[in-house]
Amino acid sequence: MTKYSALSLLRGAFNGQSHWQPAWRDPEPKPSYDVVIIGGGGHGLATAFYLAKVHGITNVAVIEKGYIGGGNVGRNTTIVRSNYRLEPLSRFYEFSLKLWEGLSDDLNYNVMFSPRGALTLGHSDADMIRLAEKGDAMAVQGIDAELLTRDQVMKLEPCLDFSRQARFPIEGAMIQWRGGTARHDAVAWGFARGADSRGVDIIQKCEVTGMVMDGNRVVGVETTRGRINAGTVAICAAGHSGHVAAMAGLKLPVESQTLQAMVTEGVKPMVNTVVMTQSLHCYISQSDKGGIVFGGDPDNWPSYAQRGQPVTMELAVQQGLALIPALSRLRMLRCWAGVTDMSFDGSPIIGTTPVDGLWINGGWCYGGFKATPGSGYLFAHSLAHGRPHEIVEPFSLDRFERGSPVDENGTGPFPNHR
Amino acid sequence: MKLIPCPHCGNRAQAEFVYERTADSVVPLDAAPEVAVAALFTRANLRGVEEEIWRHTYGCGSWMLIRRDRVSHAIEWVKPIGPKVLP
Repeated sequence: MTKYSALSLLRGAFNGQSHWQPAWRDPEPKPSYDVVIIGGGGHGLATAFYLAKVHGITNVAVIEKGYIGGGNVGRNTTIVRSNYRLEPLSRFYEFSLKLWEGLSDDLNYNVMFSPRGALTLGHSDADMIRLAEKGDAMAVQGIDAELLTRDQVMKLEPCLDFSRQARFPIEGAMIQWRGGTARHDAVAWGFARGADSRGVDIIQKCEVTGMVMDGNRVVGVETTRGRINAGTVAICAAGHSGHVAAMAGLKLPVESQTLQAMVTEGVKPMVNTVVMTQSLHCYISQSDKGGIVFGGDPDNWPSYAQRGQPVTMELAVQQGLALIPALSRLRMLRCWAGVTDMSFDGSPIIGTTPVDGLWINGGWCYGGFKATPGSGYLFAHSLAHGRPHEIVEPFSLDRFERGSPVDENGTGPFPNHR
Repeated sequence: MKLIPCPHCGNRAQAEFVYERTADSVVPLDAAPEVAVAALFTRANLRGVEEEIWRHTYGCGSWMLIRRDRVSHAIEWVKPIGPKVLP
């Protein structure tokens, strides 16, 4: 594999840049692997990458139904942050954020991580109290958080509607300066290239159609390209986790819903941070290309269709326009949707399952992108050692029956109330 | 999904309806703990047809049972929830 560097670019100047190879191979599946990862999204690829890089386990296959970058890893709003209140979540996401900070070097692939600040607006006294509380909770765990006054927010994001007639008046904000965005496709491609160069087989256009069981142990998978034996099977199928787990006879604490996002035409820099709010559910950032990227609520009812309902999109846009009226002049270029696996407490599920040899990494709701490197690293560690890493222990599959959910929003055990 | 045929109001915009949960996740009052936990906290989550409880919240307010495809969003039938049709 050619290393990406200024030197290799210079070398290519003398041979018409003809020395570049495809970023990853397109291998035929082998009959057997130590680890088979179902799902070639961000989490599956990151798991394979860290298995190979950190633990030296390279006899690994990543099996992808579609193509690399075609699922949720290419359908999110690219936001990276670790501003959580509950300790298990902030510990996990902070671990992930630290990996983000060195990810481009780790992968030798520019993921364009841009820590421009994750800003959460407060619209009332109650909002500001909650933001202060959240910021304190973060600060005691060593995560940066700063409470901003209305004037400070005005300097930072002058395009917001600061008038007293605003639909959502701005009283202040809380910012995590180290939060920001990254280039989502590059994350998928970088992890794929890094895993492939270490010997991992990435098998695209190959759908898992069943599990091969021996008693209560999974020993392989049936696919559209034949049977593949496996020492360990790891499900990283995001919205389709439930569908895949059902092949092993499992029911998950997950309901699949559609989440939409949209982007406007490109304009000059006008949104400097990632703008979120404490009261609304709308998040706005500006891509490096200049497009304003919007996201909002999920559709709140089960769906496997990768398309959303217009009502939800309209709601997100209404909130965005109320916050930044100037956006009303922009044209919407594209909107798209992904299938998210909404868990019952809004937190992920990582760990073992009641089936021997079968592991799961799912339930990411609509927060999976920022978790990609952390999830991959810790899941790989868990698979390599045969027991969950201590950071992901609170996210075990059996936490609901044990009565210990990790419910950041405190909204109760309903996947459609997130 | 654009229109849902409410048993009381006829075809109404989907935005007036709220999804509650799947029909098989209603727990009988005398259920054993493990049955209750399974019903409350796990879902078949089929990539296909399931029966679900919905409510015409921003309309007549009535509850109903909808059998619906989760990929195509096509509705097979809608039944009112009452003494004769319990989930």
